[in-house]
Amino acid sequence: MKWYKSIFKFIGHTKKGTHGVDQLIVFNIIKIRLTNKRREVIAGYLFIGIWIIGFLWLTLYPIIMSLIYSFANVTIPGGQGIQIHFIGIGNYSSILNDVQFIEALQSFILQLILYLPLSIIISMLLAMLLNQKIKLRGFFRSIFFLPVIIASGPIMATLFGSGERLGLLSSTLSEDIPQQLATFLPLFLADFIGGMYTHLINILWFSGVQIILFLAGLQKINKEIYEAASIDGASPWESFWKITLPSLKPIILVSSIYTIVMLATFSTNSVLYRINVVRQQSFGQASALAWVYFIVIGLVLGVVSFLLIYERKTKEKKQLVEVKR
Amino acid sequence: MMQEKFKPTLSKLRKLLLGKHLSDGLIFKVIVYFLLVIVGFVFIYPILVMISYSFMSLEDLINPTVFQVPTQIYFRNYIDAFLALDYTNVFFQSMVVTLIPALLQTFIASLIGYGFARFEFPLKKLWMSLVVIVYMIPPQVYLIPRFVLFNDLGLLNNVGSILIPATFGQGLNSSIFILIFYQFYKMVPKALDEAAQIDGANRLYIYFKIAIPLSIPSFITTFLFSFVWQWNETFQTFIFLGDGWQTLQTRLAIFVSAAQGNQVTIIESAQNEAQAMAGNILIMIPMLIVYFILQRHFIEGVDKSGITGE
Repeated sequence: MKWYKSIFKFIGHTKKGTHGVDQLIVFNIIKIRLTNKRREVIAGYLFIGIWIIGFLWLTLYPIIMSLIYSFANVTIPGGQGIQIHFIGIGNYSSILNDVQFIEALQSFILQLILYLPLSIIISMLLAMLLNQKIKLRGFFRSIFFLPVIIASGPIMATLFGSGERLGLLSSTLSEDIPQQLATFLPLFLADFIGGMYTHLINILWFSGVQIILFLAGLQKINKEIYEAASIDGASPWESFWKITLPSLKPIILVSSIYTIVMLATFSTNSVLYRINVVRQQSFGQASALAWVYFIVIGLVLGVVSFLLIYERKTKEKKQLVEVKR
Repeated sequence: MMQEKFKPTLSKLRKLLLGKHLSDGLIFKVIVYFLLVIVGFVFIYPILVMISYSFMSLEDLINPTVFQVPTQIYFRNYIDAFLALDYTNVFFQSMVVTLIPALLQTFIASLIGYGFARFEFPLKKLWMSLVVIVYMIPPQVYLIPRFVLFNDLGLLNNVGSILIPATFGQGLNSSIFILIFYQFYKMVPKALDEAAQIDGANRLYIYFKIAIPLSIPSFITTFLFSFVWQWNETFQTFIFLGDGWQTLQTRLAIFVSAAQGNQVTIIESAQNEAQAMAGNILIMIPMLIVYFILQRHFIEGVDKSGITGE
């Protein structure tokens, strides 16, 4: 029973010190006077320490290694031990020839441009509908949230899959609905609407969490502000632009980041598919692709957050100026 | 004369239809319900298609007049999918790599979130922003070296490769859970801790005896999300577990790709698709059960987590 206690004591123990300030003695050498502030620092690092270790070991180190891999030819001879031969920017310059990757990246960015604003607007509108005093609110809320529970990669792939094997919905919808529409609409319009419908379902399925976020945001807005505004003669339309939307700004930012990250990391993403295919042939090449993708997503996140935060700040400044006048 | 008589009823009717404000009139309500029903239908339409497809017999599948609703309930697809997935065994294996990481992840996230919310220490801002940044980094950037690392450590193709990241707060979406707990513990008044401290309790005791009991709702929400996300995660399980530890999802993927390799005729491919649908539904069912029993915790958890940006 005693041996482990002495080990613990060796690693660190406290000793009653002078003037009521304890001492922490680590490895019997380092003596730290325990002021309250220092106690807090130690406690804080003990609590988050496991995250720091994990971050350095399982995330930062791999990220650095992946940067190194991306400039090298990586082989694992015999499955054990790894050999790295630096080849400069060869992996990056050969991306230009990787048509599949470039096409996947392009379609991902197009998808993002289409999905991000629509997803934010649709989830905000649905949250506003759910925020009305209606019966069955909980029921509708459960349905809107349902896809979050079941949307796994394979299920999304079977439903909305793209590429050679069309997903179930895309095949039924993009063939049947346009055919029916084409009986009274021009063909290109029918195709567009048929495709839109699949996209719309896809967007809705990706919006479950955002709807709940917006709903939570709406419920936090003080009802009295609306009453005051309506007494002052504001129409619901004005109330939306002057009260609801500004209050939801932070949630728009959070939802946007969530949407981007989710679309960027979801298993059905075609860029990830391409990286995964390349990974099986060359770790170096795949790392270079991953880094390019990382930079693209970083840029997208940066631009979107900048737009949302910048707009908020300039508006706040304007309001300040108005108040001063 | 007549007009005078009808005026009160007319204004009543007007009030009923349009309401005092716009938002309490009957017309407005009807529009709201109409939109909700339409959108709700769009939401469940894919699931309905999937269910109806999974019950179609061969005759229904090749019959062009049978468009959506099968003519008879045909269970053979489910039996085939059940056998192909080796459901009873693989379900247990799936649970191991879902339930244990979810429990670990929840506990560790609360520990880290508590550390960030309660203590002041140097570089705190840096670590917190790193937590957020880690969430935004696409996993592909670190997956390959992590794969090599786990290969060297002999963790590949076994459960360790899923448990270790979860233990160190680097698992699937761990950052979100850390932030949920951070937000929650920041709302708990510090005076509670201070009172216990004066009574001589140490920090760990305070965490276990005061913080954890207070944050049970956050624990439930985090656990549920973690559980569902782990269950639906296929990409990383595929890379790290390989053939060594099959889950229902990987098994279905193998079944689907094998079936695609074998299929010769359109009929066979349609039949395989119907079986894949049945397999998908079999995988969905456990999560659906969890959701319908505990949905309150999912949704209210997001409400209360305070992750909405303040």
